Amino acid sequence: MASKTININLKIWRQKNANAKGSMETYKLDNVSTDSSFLEMLDQLNEQLVNERKEPIAFDHDCREGICGMCSLYINGEAHGPDRAVTTCQLHMRKFKDGETIYVEPWRAKAFPVIKDLVVDRSSFDRIQQAGGFVSVNTSGNTIDANAIPIGKADADKAFEAATCIGCGACVASCKNASAMLFVSAKVSQMALLPQGKVEAKQRVLNMVKQMDEEGFGNCTNTGACAVECPKEISLENIARMNREYLKAMVTAE
Amino acid sequence: MSILDSKIPEGSIAEKWTNHKNHLKLVAPNNRPKIDVIVVGTGLAGASAAASLGEMGYNVKAFCFQDSPRRAHSIAAQGGINAAKNYQNDGDSIFRLFYDTIKGGDYRAREANVHRLAEVSGNIIDQCVAQGVPFAREYGGLLDNRSFGGTQVQRTFYAAGQTGQQLLLGAYSALSRQIGLGRVKMYNRHEMLDLVKVDGKARGIIARNLVTGEIERHSAHAVIIASGGYGNVYFLSTNAMGSNVTAAWKAHKRGAYFANPCYVQIHPTCIPVHGTNQSKLTLMSESLRNSGRIWVPKKKEDAEAIRAGQLKPTQIAEEDRDYYLERRYPAFGNLVPRDVASRAAKERCDAGFGIEANDTNEGVYLDFSSEIIAKGKQAAYASGDHNPSDLKIMELGKKWVEEKYGNLFQMYEKITDENPYETPMKIYPAVHYTMGGVWVDYNLQSTIPGCFVAGEANFSDHGANRLGASALMQGLADGYFVLPYTVSNYLADEIRTGKISTDSPEFVEAENNVKESINKFLSNNGSKTVDHFHKRLGLIMWNKVGMGRNAQGLTEAISEIAALREEFYKDVFVPGDANEMNPELEKALRVGDFMELGQLMAIDALQRKESCGGHFREEYQDAEGETLRDDENFKFVGAWEYKGMDINQSVLHKEPLNYEFIKIAARNYK
Repeated sequence: MASKTININLKIWRQKNANAKGSMETYKLDNVSTDSSFLEMLDQLNEQLVNERKEPIAFDHDCREGICGMCSLYINGEAHGPDRAVTTCQLHMRKFKDGETIYVEPWRAKAFPVIKDLVVDRSSFDRIQQAGGFVSVNTSGNTIDANAIPIGKADADKAFEAATCIGCGACVASCKNASAMLFVSAKVSQMALLPQGKVEAKQRVLNMVKQMDEEGFGNCTNTGACAVECPKEISLENIARMNREYLKAMVTAE
Repeated sequence: MSILDSKIPEGSIAEKWTNHKNHLKLVAPNNRPKIDVIVVGTGLAGASAAASLGEMGYNVKAFCFQDSPRRAHSIAAQGGINAAKNYQNDGDSIFRLFYDTIKGGDYRAREANVHRLAEVSGNIIDQCVAQGVPFAREYGGLLDNRSFGGTQVQRTFYAAGQTGQQLLLGAYSALSRQIGLGRVKMYNRHEMLDLVKVDGKARGIIARNLVTGEIERHSAHAVIIASGGYGNVYFLSTNAMGSNVTAAWKAHKRGAYFANPCYVQIHPTCIPVHGTNQSKLTLMSESLRNSGRIWVPKKKEDAEAIRAGQLKPTQIAEEDRDYYLERRYPAFGNLVPRDVASRAAKERCDAGFGIEANDTNEGVYLDFSSEIIAKGKQAAYASGDHNPSDLKIMELGKKWVEEKYGNLFQMYEKITDENPYETPMKIYPAVHYTMGGVWVDYNLQSTIPGCFVAGEANFSDHGANRLGASALMQGLADGYFVLPYTVSNYLADEIRTGKISTDSPEFVEAENNVKESINKFLSNNGSKTVDHFHKRLGLIMWNKVGMGRNAQGLTEAISEIAALREEFYKDVFVPGDANEMNPELEKALRVGDFMELGQLMAIDALQRKESCGGHFREEYQDAEGETLRDDENFKFVGAWEYKGMDINQSVLHKEPLNYEFIKIAARNYK
């Protein structure tokens, strides 16, 4: 890997806590390796800030390999930055130019209030899952054999693709209405495509959509920005499937 | 030295668990809501335990430091989960899985625990499918399997390269259901900072709310610690940035013995280190060794030319490549266990054949070209084209590889900027998993009554080396199918206890200790960052308590870490306040515990004068560089008792290992 370094300027959202007023602050960072990830660049900036006795920038992150869904960041006006099909932790500095000014903001949505700097509260996503994102089966181990119900590969693969959603919230951050339809529809689709999930399909979609609305997420107006920015490339088909499931549940609910 | 009672039930190996379960005490459904259980950590073990205990009717409080239980690092497991289903009709059985796991662990795991793990493995798959976990399937609609290292059967169930994610989301869905029903109360962004003991029993925890900084007391009748492994003691590892030993270590400091800390798994296939600002290492799943062949150039001058950028790997002729695993271990080839594969890579790189142009020249190739051609041909034939062009073969072969490993190939390309469909991956071993952990008996209870430890945080099932696809199996086995029985057995004596007060002197003392250590950091006013010290600790650990260890290096490491720890407390600078979100403070508290653990790991490695599994003492190897165990003197679990600030005073207790059902032998993959 050819090592190259660049110097960059950063405009980063700073906000002391949920109640404080925030603002964009300017930083300069030199000698950033182009092999560094975006978060490693922020580590480097934080190291510099701490050495200057200044408070480092708070940001969410954990696995740093694109799967936990904890990292966020709205970079130069795009969720997870300019690269496609990546999370911020997989975005590398080779995507930026020497001397470039990079804007970094938190996810912006009513249902994702800022906790500090770039950290937001996404517990609304958890509450949507708690409303119905499961199969009601106890963990006794006394279920039927795993191969008792064959599942066609096409459905199994589609369910898997929907299930790869990491719950990062990029779809919400990218949507002009701050809609969570892509996130919710991914879980609804996964379950609706599998025989194990079909039993509760109607109640599930009604409950999850109800919770989604209560959390203050906006509606879907078919712009499709969510799917473009989704690091796991969750398809818009899922939203269509959820709409069908929802309609079906509405007209046939007991 | 006290006697460690592992409480292994009597009887033949196949009946132990069933008999034991039949005689465990129960708690009646009407009594369960009066009993509180705390679960720390929401990975596979923690989430499954919390969900199961919630379903049973206990009052469960679950804690995770992440912003959601779905983020726990089990999510990053890629390759798969083992189960003795024998769906592929290749001779698998519970006994085979049991045997492979004991052998893979280099005869340093407890027979009874491992057999139980193999017994419940099939149930795990049934359970997960019932939850809607979308495992990979064949065209007939049945579940697909693949092979992992150290086995000669196909027993690994998978969901592309995201098996951990799918299993964790399954456990998270079960947990979410219980949260929604009000049976589990979830504490996101909370970190356990101490265990509280009252009258010798675990009675609660002190936790810090990571958003407000508030120090909270939580009481319970039992505490389950499922906080994962301690690989981040090396700074660079495949663990998540937040993974830490603090919860387990606090239990240790309160009296839980810590077993086999020196057993660390260095995973052979990770992306090599690129520079000093690197924060973590990325794993490339072991499943890739089903399809990839590992090699370095046969000629040193070729390796030098590659490092200098004058030659490309694709320019090295077939006869000039050294497929060293296939050469040294023809029976298992590229699918030898992880410790064996890692050491073989180190041996080649130490000998000057490494191909990566970093400071240490450490890297080998993982090459998919043979598989792409073979699968391309197969696919062409299957579609009726019996004379496919090379172009067609490549196209179909790449498609096959993409379907199996697509996300891994994409992940590799994003990090390295190289296309692994066209050029071999560069890989090198990295710290990945820790077999050691809190000592537990057969019931997964530590030496503190009421403190249970599950998943990677305990030591129990993998001996000195874990086989691939067995961590997911263990985490879910512990949480879904073991703890619900054994914790209930313990709680049966607690039905008259009543609510446990958090006003007792023990809670006050523990809370004050936590506050004091926080204030100490914040008022320290040193000159260096937490990461500065963590990186230095990591370097000592990697160089002297890493893949190859010797008496001199370990002795040096012990005193160097003690000195570094002293310097850390004198000179670390932690900005910010206690009563707010403060990531630097979180790191400082974790690194303080890593310093103590690191020293104990070196002490344990020095004491174990043999090589076994991931613990390779350079003094103890045979003429071909294979591990030399000393069964006469070291066939025991080494469990350490904490004896105060000076880690050198820790006392070793031994649990002898008896092999009644498996004949102990030299581990051979040739």
